[in-house]
Amino acid sequence: MSIDKDTAARVAKLARIKVEDDALPALAEEFNTILGFIEQLNEVDVEGVEPMTSVTPMRLKRRVDGVTDGDQQDKILKNAPDAREGFFAVPKVVE
Amino acid sequence: MTDLTSMKIAEARDALRKGNVTSAELTEACLTAIEGAGALNAFVHNTPEIAREQAAAADARIKAGDAPAMCGIPLGIKDLFCTKGVPSQAASNILGGFKPEYESTVTTQLFDAGAVMLGKLNMDEFAMGSSNETSCYGNAVNPWRRGNDDAALTPGGSSGGSASAVSADLCLAATGTDTGGSIRQPAAFTGITGIKPTYGRCSRWGIVAFASSLDQAGPMTKDVRDAAIMLEAMCGHDPKDSTSADLAVPNFEAMLTGDIKGKTIGIPKEYHMDGMPEEIEALWAEGRKMLQDAGANIVDISLPHTKYALPAYYVIAPAEASSNLARYDGVRYGHRATLSAGDGITEMYEKTRAEGFGHEVQRRVMVGTYVLSAGFYDAYYNRARKVRTLIKKDFEDVFAAGVDAILTPATPSAAFGLGEMEDADPVKMYLNDVFTVTVNLAGLPGIAIPAGVDKQGLPLGLQLIGRPWEEGDLLNTAYALEQAAGFVAKPGKWW
Repeated sequence: MSIDKDTAARVAKLARIKVEDDALPALAEEFNTILGFIEQLNEVDVEGVEPMTSVTPMRLKRRVDGVTDGDQQDKILKNAPDAREGFFAVPKVVE
Repeated sequence: MTDLTSMKIAEARDALRKGNVTSAELTEACLTAIEGAGALNAFVHNTPEIAREQAAAADARIKAGDAPAMCGIPLGIKDLFCTKGVPSQAASNILGGFKPEYESTVTTQLFDAGAVMLGKLNMDEFAMGSSNETSCYGNAVNPWRRGNDDAALTPGGSSGGSASAVSADLCLAATGTDTGGSIRQPAAFTGITGIKPTYGRCSRWGIVAFASSLDQAGPMTKDVRDAAIMLEAMCGHDPKDSTSADLAVPNFEAMLTGDIKGKTIGIPKEYHMDGMPEEIEALWAEGRKMLQDAGANIVDISLPHTKYALPAYYVIAPAEASSNLARYDGVRYGHRATLSAGDGITEMYEKTRAEGFGHEVQRRVMVGTYVLSAGFYDAYYNRARKVRTLIKKDFEDVFAAGVDAILTPATPSAAFGLGEMEDADPVKMYLNDVFTVTVNLAGLPGIAIPAGVDKQGLPLGLQLIGRPWEEGDLLNTAYALEQAAGFVAKPGKWW
Protein backbone atom coordinates (compact mmCIF):
# COMPACT_ATOMS: atom_id res chain seq x y z
CA MET A 1 0.00 0.00 0.00
CA SER A 2 1.09 3.51 -0.66
CA ILE A 3 1.52 6.20 1.97
CA ASP A 4 0.13 9.61 1.12
CA LYS A 5 0.69 13.00 2.68
CA ASP A 6 -2.14 12.57 5.18
CA THR A 7 -0.87 9.22 6.40
CA ALA A 8 2.62 10.67 6.78
CA ALA A 9 1.12 13.50 8.87
CA ARG A 10 -0.76 10.99 11.02
CA VAL A 11 2.38 8.92 11.64
CA ALA A 12 4.36 12.03 12.55
CA LYS A 13 1.63 12.96 15.00
CA LEU A 14 1.64 9.48 16.56
CA ALA A 15 5.44 9.66 16.90
CA ARG A 16 5.17 13.14 18.45
CA ILE A 17 7.55 14.64 15.92
CA LYS A 18 6.63 17.98 14.38
CA VAL A 19 6.90 17.83 10.58
CA GLU A 20 6.14 20.98 8.58
CA ASP A 21 3.49 20.63 5.89
CA ASP A 22 5.89 21.26 3.06
CA ALA A 23 8.14 18.40 4.24
CA LEU A 24 5.33 15.83 4.20
CA PRO A 25 5.38 14.80 0.51
CA ALA A 26 9.13 13.98 0.62
CA LEU A 27 8.63 12.09 3.88
CA ALA A 28 5.76 10.08 2.38
CA GLU A 29 7.98 9.20 -0.55
CA GLU A 30 10.74 7.97 1.77
CA PHE A 31 8.25 5.85 3.69
CA ASN A 32 7.09 4.34 0.41
CA THR A 33 10.64 3.43 -0.60
CA ILE A 34 11.26 1.73 2.75
CA LEU A 35 7.88 0.01 2.86
CA GLY A 36 8.37 -1.13 -0.74
CA PHE A 37 11.56 -2.82 0.41
CA ILE A 38 9.77 -4.37 3.39
CA GLU A 39 6.99 -5.72 1.15
CA GLN A 40 9.36 -8.53 0.13
CA LEU A 41 8.43 -10.20 3.39
CA ASN A 42 5.08 -11.08 1.81
CA GLU A 43 6.87 -13.63 -0.39
CA VAL A 44 7.76 -15.75 2.65
CA ASP A 45 5.50 -18.59 3.71
CA VAL A 46 5.04 -17.98 7.44
CA GLU A 47 2.11 -20.33 7.89
CA GLY A 48 2.35 -21.94 11.33
CA VAL A 49 5.56 -20.09 12.26
CA GLU A 50 5.73 -18.58 15.75
CA PRO A 51 6.77 -14.92 15.90
CA MET A 52 10.07 -14.64 17.76
CA THR A 53 9.81 -13.25 21.26
CA SER A 54 13.26 -14.09 22.54
CA VAL A 55 16.33 -14.84 20.48
CA THR A 56 17.93 -16.96 23.20
CA PRO A 57 15.86 -19.83 24.56
CA MET A 58 16.16 -18.71 28.15
CA ARG A 59 13.71 -18.17 30.95
CA LEU A 60 13.75 -14.69 32.33
CA LYS A 61 15.12 -14.71 35.83
CA ARG A 62 12.89 -13.89 38.75
CA ARG A 63 14.02 -11.79 41.63
CA VAL A 64 12.73 -10.95 45.05
CA ASP A 65 10.14 -8.19 44.93
CA GLY A 66 12.17 -5.95 47.18
CA VAL A 67 13.44 -2.40 47.22
CA THR A 68 17.05 -2.35 46.02
CA ASP A 69 17.38 1.26 45.06
CA GLY A 70 16.04 4.71 45.80
CA ASP A 71 16.54 7.90 47.75
CA GLN A 72 18.34 9.70 44.94
CA GLN A 73 15.89 12.41 43.93
CA ASP A 74 18.64 14.96 43.32
CA LYS A 75 20.49 12.62 40.95
CA ILE A 76 17.32 11.86 39.04
CA LEU A 77 16.47 15.52 38.60
CA LYS A 78 20.00 16.64 37.86
CA ASN A 79 19.70 16.32 34.07
CA ALA A 80 16.16 17.70 33.80
CA PRO A 81 15.72 20.73 31.53
CA ASP A 82 13.34 22.16 34.13
CA ALA A 83 13.10 20.88 37.69
CA ARG A 84 11.45 22.74 40.56
CA GLU A 85 10.94 21.90 44.20
CA GLY A 86 11.87 18.27 43.71
CA PHE A 87 9.69 17.74 40.64
CA PHE A 88 10.05 17.66 36.86
CA ALA A 89 8.32 20.75 35.50
CA VAL A 90 6.33 20.68 32.26
CA PRO A 91 3.93 23.05 30.49
CA LYS A 92 0.31 23.02 31.60
CA VAL A 93 -1.24 19.59 30.94
CA VAL A 94 -4.90 20.21 31.84
CA GLU A 95 -7.11 23.17 31.04
CA MET B 1 55.89 8.01 21.04
CA THR B 2 54.07 6.55 18.04
CA ASP B 3 55.38 3.14 19.01
CA LEU B 4 53.45 3.15 22.26
CA THR B 5 50.07 3.97 20.72
CA SER B 6 50.48 1.29 18.05
CA MET B 7 50.86 -1.37 20.73
CA LYS B 8 48.33 -4.13 21.03
CA ILE B 9 46.63 -4.93 24.33
CA ALA B 10 48.59 -8.17 24.77
CA GLU B 11 51.93 -6.46 24.10
CA ALA B 12 51.10 -3.58 26.42
CA ARG B 13 49.94 -5.93 29.15
CA ASP B 14 53.20 -7.84 29.02
CA ALA B 15 55.30 -4.66 28.88
CA LEU B 16 53.37 -3.16 31.80
CA ARG B 17 53.86 -6.25 33.90
CA LYS B 18 57.58 -6.35 33.12
CA GLY B 19 57.84 -2.70 34.04
CA ASN B 20 59.09 -1.74 30.57
CA VAL B 21 56.38 0.88 30.25
CA THR B 22 53.87 2.54 32.56
CA SER B 23 50.20 3.13 31.98
CA ALA B 24 50.90 6.83 32.50
CA GLU B 25 53.32 6.75 29.55
CA LEU B 26 50.91 4.82 27.35
CA THR B 27 48.09 7.16 28.29
CA GLU B 28 50.11 10.33 27.59
CA ALA B 29 51.13 8.93 24.21
CA CYS B 30 47.50 8.29 23.32
CA LEU B 31 46.37 11.71 24.56
CA THR B 32 49.03 13.31 22.35
CA ALA B 33 47.95 11.20 19.38
CA ILE B 34 44.32 12.20 19.94
CA GLU B 35 45.27 15.87 20.11
CA GLY B 36 46.95 15.60 16.75
CA ALA B 37 44.08 13.73 15.10
CA GLY B 38 41.33 16.33 15.07
CA ALA B 39 40.92 15.77 11.33
CA LEU B 40 39.60 12.25 12.00
CA ASN B 41 36.89 13.58 14.35
CA ALA B 42 36.97 10.21 16.13
CA PHE B 43 37.12 11.45 19.74
CA VAL B 44 34.30 13.87 20.50
CA HIS B 45 34.62 14.29 24.27
CA ASN B 46 38.14 14.00 25.68
CA THR B 47 38.62 12.99 29.29
CA PRO B 48 42.34 13.50 29.97
CA GLU B 49 41.88 14.12 33.71
CA ILE B 50 40.00 10.87 34.19
CA ALA B 51 42.55 9.07 32.00
CA ARG B 52 45.54 10.34 34.01
CA GLU B 53 43.89 9.45 37.29
CA GLN B 54 42.96 5.95 36.10
CA ALA B 55 46.46 5.44 34.66
CA ALA B 56 48.08 6.35 37.99
CA ALA B 57 45.79 3.96 39.83
CA ALA B 58 46.55 1.24 37.28
CA ASP B 59 50.28 1.73 37.66
CA ALA B 60 49.97 1.35 41.41
CA ARG B 61 47.96 -1.81 40.96
CA ILE B 62 50.41 -3.30 38.47
CA LYS B 63 53.28 -2.52 40.82
CA ALA B 64 51.46 -4.36 43.59
CA GLY B 65 51.19 -7.38 41.30
CA ASP B 66 48.11 -9.39 40.39
CA ALA B 67 46.63 -6.83 37.97
CA PRO B 68 44.07 -8.08 35.42
CA ALA B 69 44.90 -8.12 31.70
CA MET B 70 43.11 -4.85 30.91
CA CYS B 71 44.84 -2.97 33.75
CA GLY B 72 46.44 0.21 32.47
CA ILE B 73 45.20 -0.19 28.88
CA PRO B 74 44.01 3.14 27.36
CA LEU B 75 40.66 2.77 25.58
CA GLY B 76 38.17 4.86 23.66
CA ILE B 77 34.52 4.48 24.66
CA LYS B 78 31.68 4.77 22.15
CA ASP B 79 29.37 7.67 22.98
CA LEU B 80 26.48 5.19 23.32
CA PHE B 81 27.82 4.01 26.70
CA CYS B 82 26.72 6.00 29.72
CA THR B 83 29.81 7.13 31.60
CA LYS B 84 29.35 8.79 34.94
CA GLY B 85 29.77 12.54 34.88
CA VAL B 86 30.96 12.50 31.27
CA PRO B 87 28.80 13.58 28.31
CA SER B 88 27.01 10.53 26.89
CA GLN B 89 24.72 11.66 24.15
CA ALA B 90 24.59 8.87 21.56
CA ALA B 91 25.76 11.48 19.01
CA SER B 92 22.34 13.11 19.26
CA ASN B 93 21.37 16.70 19.96
CA ILE B 94 18.42 15.43 21.96
CA LEU B 95 20.89 14.30 24.65
CA GLY B 96 22.85 17.55 24.50
CA GLY B 97 24.30 18.31 27.94
CA PHE B 98 23.35 14.93 29.38
CA LYS B 99 25.85 13.67 31.96
CA PRO B 100 24.74 10.36 33.46
CA GLU B 101 24.76 9.90 37.20
CA TYR B 102 25.70 6.27 36.65
CA GLU B 103 28.14 4.06 34.75
CA SER B 104 27.16 1.34 32.24
CA THR B 105 27.88 -2.22 33.35
CA VAL B 106 30.33 -2.86 30.52
CA THR B 107 32.41 0.26 31.25
CA THR B 108 32.18 -0.46 34.98
CA GLN B 109 33.68 -3.89 34.34
CA LEU B 110 36.42 -2.46 32.14
CA PHE B 111 37.32 0.24 34.66
CA ASP B 112 37.18 -2.24 37.54
CA ALA B 113 39.71 -4.27 35.57
CA GLY B 114 41.92 -1.18 35.48
CA ALA B 115 41.29 0.07 31.93
CA VAL B 116 41.80 3.76 31.21
CA MET B 117 39.20 5.95 29.45
CA LEU B 118 40.69 8.47 27.03
CA GLY B 119 37.34 9.89 25.94
CA LYS B 120 34.10 9.29 24.09
CA LEU B 121 33.97 8.26 20.46
CA ASN B 122 31.95 9.47 17.51
CA MET B 123 29.17 7.30 16.07
CA ASP B 124 25.98 7.51 14.05
CA GLU B 125 23.14 9.15 15.95
CA PHE B 126 21.57 6.51 18.24
CA ALA B 127 23.69 3.97 16.32
CA MET B 128 21.43 4.40 13.29
CA GLY B 129 23.62 4.51 10.23
CA SER B 130 26.38 2.74 8.34
CA SER B 131 28.71 5.65 7.58
CA ASN B 132 28.91 7.82 10.72
CA GLU B 133 27.24 10.58 8.70
CA THR B 134 24.19 10.91 10.97
CA SER B 135 26.22 12.09 13.99
CA CYS B 136 25.48 15.42 15.65
CA TYR B 137 29.26 15.83 15.95
CA GLY B 138 29.80 15.62 12.18
CA ASN B 139 31.42 12.81 10.24
CA ALA B 140 34.15 10.65 11.66
CA VAL B 141 36.80 10.08 9.00
CA ASN B 142 38.56 6.89 7.95
CA PRO B 143 42.36 7.06 8.35
CA TRP B 144 42.61 4.99 5.15
CA ARG B 145 42.57 6.70 1.75
CA ARG B 146 42.32 5.44 -1.82
CA GLY B 147 45.97 5.50 -2.87
CA ASN B 148 47.05 9.12 -3.28
CA ASP B 149 43.49 10.42 -3.57
CA ASP B 150 42.78 12.71 -0.63
CA ALA B 151 38.98 12.24 -0.73
CA ALA B 152 37.70 11.58 2.81
CA LEU B 153 36.26 8.09 3.25
CA THR B 154 33.76 6.81 5.79
CA PRO B 155 35.07 4.66 8.62
CA GLY B 156 31.70 2.88 8.47
CA GLY B 157 29.06 2.96 11.14
CA SER B 158 27.63 3.09 13.52
CA SER B 159 30.85 2.58 15.55
CA GLY B 160 32.75 4.81 13.11
CA GLY B 161 34.69 6.80 15.70
CA SER B 162 35.76 3.58 17.46
CA ALA B 163 36.99 2.10 14.16
CA SER B 164 38.81 5.26 13.11
CA ALA B 165 40.49 5.68 16.51
CA VAL B 166 41.75 2.09 16.73
CA SER B 167 42.88 2.01 13.11
CA ALA B 168 44.76 5.31 13.49
CA ASP B 169 46.43 4.17 16.75
CA LEU B 170 44.81 6.87 18.88
CA CYS B 171 44.02 4.23 21.49
CA LEU B 172 44.86 0.57 22.02
CA ALA B 173 41.26 -0.58 21.58
CA ALA B 174 37.70 0.71 21.82
CA THR B 175 34.23 -0.37 22.77
CA GLY B 176 31.61 -0.69 20.06
CA THR B 177 28.02 -1.79 19.81
CA ASP B 178 26.35 -3.79 17.06
CA THR B 179 22.64 -3.86 16.23
CA GLY B 180 22.86 -4.81 12.54
CA GLY B 181 26.59 -4.76 11.85
CA SER B 182 27.78 -1.63 13.66
CA ILE B 183 30.96 -3.27 15.00
CA ARG B 184 31.79 -5.56 12.09
CA GLN B 185 31.19 -3.23 9.14
CA PRO B 186 33.35 -0.36 10.49
CA ALA B 187 36.03 -2.88 11.55
CA ALA B 188 36.12 -4.18 7.97
CA PHE B 189 36.26 -0.63 6.54
CA THR B 190 39.28 0.29 8.68
CA GLY B 191 41.34 -2.90 8.70
CA ILE B 192 40.76 -3.82 12.35
CA THR B 193 39.07 -6.66 14.24
CA GLY B 194 35.59 -6.44 15.75
CA ILE B 195 33.46 -9.07 17.45
CA LYS B 196 29.79 -9.00 18.32
CA PRO B 197 29.22 -11.69 20.95
CA THR B 198 26.13 -13.85 21.38
CA TYR B 199 23.05 -11.85 22.39
CA GLY B 200 23.08 -11.81 26.19
CA ARG B 201 26.87 -12.12 26.66
CA CYS B 202 27.37 -8.45 27.48
CA SER B 203 25.04 -6.52 29.70
CA ARG B 204 23.09 -3.81 27.90
CA TRP B 205 22.55 -1.88 31.13
CA GLY B 206 23.64 1.73 30.75
CA ILE B 207 24.04 1.51 26.98
CA VAL B 208 21.63 3.87 25.22
CA ALA B 209 19.03 1.53 23.71
CA PHE B 210 18.37 1.39 19.97
CA ALA B 211 16.73 -2.02 19.29
CA SER B 212 16.85 -3.99 22.51
CA SER B 213 16.42 -7.46 21.02
CA LEU B 214 19.37 -6.90 18.67
CA ASP B 215 21.84 -4.61 20.50
CA GLN B 216 25.09 -6.11 21.79
CA ALA B 217 28.34 -4.50 22.86
CA GLY B 218 31.73 -5.81 21.83
CA PRO B 219 35.40 -4.87 21.50
CA MET B 220 37.09 -3.28 18.49
CA THR B 221 40.77 -4.15 18.53
CA LYS B 222 43.96 -4.46 16.50
CA ASP B 223 43.90 -8.25 16.35
CA VAL B 224 42.05 -11.39 17.40
CA ARG B 225 44.06 -11.95 20.58
CA ASP B 226 43.17 -8.47 21.79
CA ALA B 227 39.52 -9.13 20.95
CA ALA B 228 39.64 -12.25 23.12
CA ILE B 229 41.24 -10.40 26.05
CA MET B 230 38.91 -7.41 25.95
CA LEU B 231 35.75 -9.41 25.28
CA GLU B 232 36.37 -11.48 28.38
CA ALA B 233 36.54 -8.30 30.45
CA MET B 234 33.30 -6.96 28.95
CA CYS B 235 31.18 -10.13 29.29
CA GLY B 236 29.30 -11.61 32.20
CA HIS B 237 25.96 -11.86 33.89
CA ASP B 238 24.34 -8.69 35.17
CA PRO B 239 21.16 -8.80 37.24
CA LYS B 240 20.36 -5.30 35.93
CA ASP B 241 19.84 -6.65 32.40
CA SER B 242 17.18 -9.36 32.41
CA THR B 243 18.40 -10.68 29.04
CA SER B 244 22.00 -11.03 30.16
CA ALA B 245 23.05 -14.67 30.31
CA ASP B 246 23.94 -16.29 33.59
CA LEU B 247 26.77 -18.31 32.08
CA ALA B 248 30.41 -18.59 33.03
CA VAL B 249 32.74 -16.51 30.86
CA PRO B 250 35.60 -18.66 29.60
CA ASN B 251 39.21 -17.53 29.28
CA PHE B 252 38.90 -16.75 25.58
CA GLU B 253 42.58 -16.02 25.09
CA ALA B 254 43.54 -19.47 26.36
CA MET B 255 41.40 -20.96 23.59
CA LEU B 256 43.54 -19.39 20.84
CA THR B 257 45.57 -22.38 19.69
CA GLY B 258 45.24 -21.74 15.97
CA ASP B 259 44.41 -25.41 15.55
CA ILE B 260 41.23 -25.82 13.50
CA LYS B 261 41.92 -29.27 12.11
CA GLY B 262 38.71 -31.19 11.62
CA LYS B 263 36.48 -28.13 12.11
CA THR B 264 33.65 -27.76 9.64
CA ILE B 265 33.28 -24.36 7.99
CA GLY B 266 30.14 -23.57 6.00
CA ILE B 267 30.08 -21.30 2.95
CA PRO B 268 26.52 -20.01 2.41
CA LYS B 269 25.57 -19.78 -1.25
CA GLU B 270 23.04 -17.01 -0.60
CA TYR B 271 25.85 -14.62 0.31
CA HIS B 272 26.92 -14.41 -3.34
CA MET B 273 25.20 -11.14 -4.12
CA ASP B 274 24.52 -9.74 -7.58
CA GLY B 275 26.86 -6.91 -8.37
CA MET B 276 29.29 -7.71 -5.58
CA PRO B 277 32.80 -6.52 -6.52
CA GLU B 278 35.08 -9.18 -7.98
CA GLU B 279 37.66 -8.44 -5.29
CA ILE B 280 35.26 -9.35 -2.50
CA GLU B 281 34.40 -12.63 -4.21
CA ALA B 282 38.12 -13.32 -4.64
CA LEU B 283 38.88 -12.52 -1.00
CA TRP B 284 36.09 -14.82 0.14
CA ALA B 285 37.47 -17.62 -2.04
CA GLU B 286 40.93 -17.01 -0.59
CA GLY B 287 39.56 -17.17 2.93
CA ARG B 288 37.94 -20.46 2.11
CA LYS B 289 41.26 -21.81 0.85
CA MET B 290 43.15 -20.53 3.90
CA LEU B 291 40.81 -22.33 6.28
CA GLN B 292 41.01 -25.46 4.16
CA ASP B 293 44.82 -25.33 4.18
CA ALA B 294 44.66 -24.99 7.96
CA GLY B 295 42.91 -28.34 8.09
CA ALA B 296 39.25 -27.32 8.23
CA ASN B 297 36.61 -29.19 6.34
CA ILE B 298 34.79 -26.77 3.99
CA VAL B 299 31.17 -27.40 3.06
CA ASP B 300 28.75 -25.45 0.91
CA ILE B 301 25.62 -24.63 2.84
CA SER B 302 22.31 -22.88 2.28
CA LEU B 303 20.67 -20.27 4.52
CA PRO B 304 17.50 -19.92 2.44
CA HIS B 305 15.94 -16.91 4.20
CA THR B 306 19.02 -14.68 3.95
CA LYS B 307 17.37 -12.40 1.41
CA TYR B 308 14.65 -11.50 3.88
CA ALA B 309 16.96 -10.55 6.74
CA LEU B 310 17.32 -6.88 5.81
CA PRO B 311 13.61 -6.26 5.23
CA ALA B 312 12.80 -8.05 8.53
CA TYR B 313 15.46 -5.97 10.28
CA TYR B 314 13.98 -2.74 8.87
CA VAL B 315 10.68 -3.60 10.52
CA ILE B 316 11.94 -4.93 13.85
CA ALA B 317 14.73 -2.41 14.53
CA PRO B 318 12.63 0.71 13.81
CA ALA B 319 9.71 -0.75 15.78
CA GLU B 320 11.90 -1.25 18.84
CA ALA B 321 13.57 2.12 18.28
CA SER B 322 10.24 3.94 18.15
CA SER B 323 9.42 2.45 21.51
CA ASN B 324 12.87 2.98 23.08
CA LEU B 325 13.17 6.54 21.84
CA ALA B 326 9.77 7.52 23.22
CA ARG B 327 11.65 8.39 26.42
CA TYR B 328 13.20 11.49 24.79
CA ASP B 329 10.39 13.84 25.62
CA GLY B 330 12.19 16.92 26.91
CA VAL B 331 11.16 16.22 30.49
CA ARG B 332 13.80 14.15 32.25
CA TYR B 333 17.06 14.83 30.44
CA GLY B 334 18.60 16.42 27.41
CA HIS B 335 17.13 18.98 25.09
CA ARG B 336 13.81 20.79 25.46
CA ALA B 337 12.59 23.09 22.69
CA THR B 338 11.83 26.73 23.39
CA LEU B 339 8.06 27.00 23.41
CA SER B 340 5.74 29.70 22.09
CA ALA B 341 3.04 31.31 24.18
CA GLY B 342 0.13 28.93 24.55
CA ASP B 343 2.10 25.79 23.69
CA GLY B 344 1.05 22.80 25.77
CA ILE B 345 2.77 19.54 26.54
CA THR B 346 2.05 17.99 23.12
CA GLU B 347 3.70 20.90 21.34
CA MET B 348 6.63 20.54 23.72
CA TYR B 349 7.06 16.86 22.80
CA GLU B 350 6.67 17.50 19.08
CA LYS B 351 9.00 20.49 18.87
CA THR B 352 11.60 18.92 21.18
CA ARG B 353 11.74 15.72 19.17
CA ALA B 354 11.77 17.55 15.81
CA GLU B 355 14.70 19.69 16.96
CA GLY B 356 16.58 17.03 18.87
CA PHE B 357 16.45 14.04 16.51
CA GLY B 358 18.30 14.08 13.19
CA HIS B 359 16.66 13.13 9.94
CA GLU B 360 17.56 9.42 9.87
CA VAL B 361 16.46 8.92 13.48
CA GLN B 362 13.16 10.70 12.84
CA ARG B 363 12.57 8.56 9.78
CA ARG B 364 13.22 5.31 11.63
CA VAL B 365 11.10 6.31 14.62
CA MET B 366 8.24 7.11 12.27
CA VAL B 367 8.64 3.89 10.25
CA GLY B 368 8.60 2.03 13.55
CA THR B 369 5.52 3.90 14.67
CA TYR B 370 3.81 3.01 11.40
CA VAL B 371 4.59 -0.73 11.48
CA LEU B 372 3.33 -0.92 15.06
CA SER B 373 0.18 1.11 14.45
CA ALA B 374 -3.29 -0.36 14.59
CA GLY B 375 -4.10 -2.29 11.42
CA PHE B 376 -0.48 -2.81 10.37
CA TYR B 377 0.94 -4.61 13.39
CA ASP B 378 0.15 -8.06 12.00
CA ALA B 379 1.02 -7.29 8.40
CA TYR B 380 4.43 -5.86 9.23
CA TYR B 381 5.67 -6.39 12.76
CA ASN B 382 4.32 -9.88 13.41
CA ARG B 383 5.27 -11.06 9.94
CA ALA B 384 8.82 -9.76 10.43
CA ARG B 385 9.08 -11.59 13.75
CA LYS B 386 7.97 -14.81 12.05
CA VAL B 387 10.56 -14.34 9.34
CA ARG B 388 13.11 -13.78 12.11
CA THR B 389 12.21 -17.19 13.53
CA LEU B 390 12.88 -18.71 10.09
CA ILE B 391 16.22 -16.90 9.76
CA LYS B 392 17.33 -18.25 13.11
CA LYS B 393 16.17 -21.72 12.11
CA ASP B 394 18.33 -21.56 8.97
CA PHE B 395 21.36 -21.24 11.22
CA GLU B 396 20.16 -23.87 13.70
CA ASP B 397 19.77 -26.33 10.82
CA VAL B 398 23.32 -25.90 9.56
CA PHE B 399 24.76 -26.03 13.07
CA ALA B 400 22.77 -29.21 13.72
CA ALA B 401 24.26 -30.64 10.53
CA GLY B 402 27.73 -30.24 12.05
CA VAL B 403 28.88 -26.81 10.89
CA ASP B 404 31.15 -25.13 13.46
CA ALA B 405 31.42 -21.72 11.84
CA ILE B 406 30.31 -19.89 8.72
CA LEU B 407 32.59 -17.81 6.50
CA THR B 408 31.21 -14.79 4.61
CA PRO B 409 32.46 -11.44 3.38
CA ALA B 410 32.05 -8.76 6.06
CA THR B 411 30.75 -6.05 3.73
CA PRO B 412 29.62 -5.85 0.11
CA SER B 413 32.24 -3.15 -0.67
CA ALA B 414 35.33 -1.38 0.67
CA ALA B 415 34.91 1.95 2.47
CA PHE B 416 33.10 4.51 0.31
CA GLY B 417 33.52 8.27 0.21
CA LEU B 418 31.81 10.49 2.75
CA GLY B 419 28.89 12.15 0.99
CA GLU B 420 28.89 9.60 -1.85
CA MET B 421 25.64 8.05 -0.69
CA GLU B 422 23.94 11.37 0.01
CA ASP B 423 21.56 11.21 -2.93
CA ALA B 424 20.95 7.49 -2.71
CA ASP B 425 17.65 6.33 -1.25
CA PRO B 426 17.85 5.06 2.34
CA VAL B 427 17.54 1.42 1.28
CA LYS B 428 20.85 1.63 -0.63
CA MET B 429 22.64 2.61 2.58
CA TYR B 430 20.90 -0.22 4.44
CA LEU B 431 22.47 -2.75 2.03
CA ASN B 432 25.82 -2.20 3.76
CA ASP B 433 24.62 -4.53 6.48
CA VAL B 434 23.47 -7.31 4.17
CA PHE B 435 26.05 -9.83 5.46
CA THR B 436 26.01 -8.82 9.11
CA VAL B 437 22.35 -8.28 9.95
CA THR B 438 21.39 -11.97 9.82
CA VAL B 439 23.72 -12.55 12.77
CA ASN B 440 21.89 -10.02 14.98
CA LEU B 441 18.50 -11.42 14.03
CA ALA B 442 19.68 -14.90 15.04
CA GLY B 443 21.48 -13.64 18.18
CA LEU B 444 24.76 -15.30 17.14
CA PRO B 445 28.38 -14.28 17.66
CA GLY B 446 30.11 -12.83 14.60
CA ILE B 447 33.60 -11.48 14.04
CA ALA B 448 35.10 -9.39 11.26
CA ILE B 449 38.83 -9.57 10.63
CA PRO B 450 40.93 -7.80 8.00
CA ALA B 451 42.01 -10.23 5.29
CA GLY B 452 43.30 -8.20 2.36
CA VAL B 453 43.31 -4.91 0.47
CA ASP B 454 41.54 -3.94 -2.74
CA LYS B 455 43.31 -2.48 -5.77
CA GLN B 456 42.94 1.01 -4.33
CA GLY B 457 44.75 -0.11 -1.22
CA LEU B 458 41.68 -0.17 1.05
CA PRO B 459 41.22 -2.94 3.62
CA LEU B 460 38.64 -5.68 3.11
CA GLY B 461 37.26 -7.90 5.83
CA LEU B 462 35.93 -11.41 6.18
CA GLN B 463 33.28 -12.43 8.68
CA LEU B 464 33.04 -15.63 10.68
CA ILE B 465 29.76 -16.54 12.36
CA GLY B 466 29.77 -18.99 15.27
CA ARG B 467 27.44 -21.11 17.34
CA PRO B 468 25.68 -19.38 20.22
CA TRP B 469 27.88 -18.99 23.34
CA GLU B 470 30.90 -20.43 21.53
CA GLU B 471 32.85 -17.20 21.13
CA GLY B 472 36.00 -19.02 22.22
CA ASP B 473 35.81 -21.47 19.34
CA LEU B 474 34.87 -18.65 16.96
CA LEU B 475 37.82 -16.54 18.08
CA ASN B 476 40.13 -19.50 17.57
CA THR B 477 38.90 -20.00 13.99
CA ALA B 478 39.34 -16.26 13.42
CA TYR B 479 42.84 -16.55 14.88
CA ALA B 480 43.73 -19.29 12.40
CA LEU B 481 42.34 -17.18 9.54
CA GLU B 482 44.22 -14.12 10.79
CA GLN B 483 47.50 -16.03 10.84
CA ALA B 484 46.93 -17.33 7.33
CA ALA B 485 45.86 -13.94 5.95
CA GLY B 486 48.81 -12.16 7.54
CA PHE B 487 47.22 -8.72 7.23
CA VAL B 488 49.68 -6.11 8.50
CA ALA B 489 48.87 -3.02 6.39
CA LYS B 490 48.38 0.27 8.20
CA PRO B 491 47.01 3.56 6.90
CA GLY B 492 49.68 6.14 6.04
CA LYS B 493 49.48 9.09 8.43
CA TRP B 494 48.07 12.21 6.71
CA TRP B 495 46.12 13.75 9.60
